[in-house]
Amino acid sequence: MSEHVSHVKTYWLVWFILMVLMALTVVLSRVPMPGPLNTLIALAIAAAKATLVLLFFMHLKYESYVLSAVVFVAGLFWLLIFFGLTMVDYLSRNVLGVPGR
Amino acid sequence: MEQQRESTTLGMWIFLVTEIMFFGGLFTAYLIYRIQYPQVWEYCSRHHMEFKLGTLNTVILLCSSLTVALSVHAIQMGQKKLTALLLFATVLMGLGFLGIKSIEYHNHYLEGSVPGAFWHMEVENPDGTHYPAPHEYQLFFYLYFVMTGLHALHVTIGVVALALIGLWAWQGKYTPEYHNPVHITGLYWHFVDLVWIFLFPLLYLIAGK
Repeated sequence: MSEHVSHVKTYWLVWFILMVLMALTVVLSRVPMPGPLNTLIALAIAAAKATLVLLFFMHLKYESYVLSAVVFVAGLFWLLIFFGLTMVDYLSRNVLGVPGR
Repeated sequence: MEQQRESTTLGMWIFLVTEIMFFGGLFTAYLIYRIQYPQVWEYCSRHHMEFKLGTLNTVILLCSSLTVALSVHAIQMGQKKLTALLLFATVLMGLGFLGIKSIEYHNHYLEGSVPGAFWHMEVENPDGTHYPAPHEYQLFFYLYFVMTGLHALHVTIGVVALALIGLWAWQGKYTPEYHNPVHITGLYWHFVDLVWIFLFPLLYLIAGK
């Protein structure tokens, strides 16, 4: 499979969207919102920015890098297990009574 | 050649995944203590993080990611000098990032929010009086310094690597057929940017005013 060559225009457009998202996350962080909404929005925007960088700047979108994409997704999956199981432990402590305590 | 290019790219990605795991451990520690001490995290982020400097550093890193992506494109087109210039621009931005980060570290040192022997941070009550910050405030700054410190180390390594690759590109070592080093070093730099994309909101932008 030959290497994919992107258009310069694509890179500039992705950069522009990244800058807009960055401005958005800074502005929204100054707006008081109920509960964990601020954090959730900030993380959603961060995830969107990361996705843009991965797909376009790091070329995961293109067919010639499909193997790299598999490696990355496997890593991401492992990370989610890591976060998930850790939080299952921490958040479920003291949920059930421990006999003798 | 084709196979070489694919295998070096794959190798770099496997390395980057181990790096994601490396930072993943720190992000997990961050998550655990943020859930335990949400008010502490909010206070430290609001009163002790320079969010303007953080934003400036985010702008710098996003722009440097663009110049790296453009340099990979330039070498694919065979524009050797342009490749080198774009890489040197990235190096300058990387140095700018480190400069701003060191200003921030110096400010933390001055206000006493460096954990350990220099720790003398005070917390402000709503009525304006102060009291010495309890231990959990040190936790935030332990994590802050380890996470941003490790990230800054990666930036430093990236700057050195990009400077060398830039120099070799200037000398004409890379061609449209052979440019794996430019591509791979670019991937590393984008990874550094990715980590910062998450560090920035998690450390600088907690809660509104």
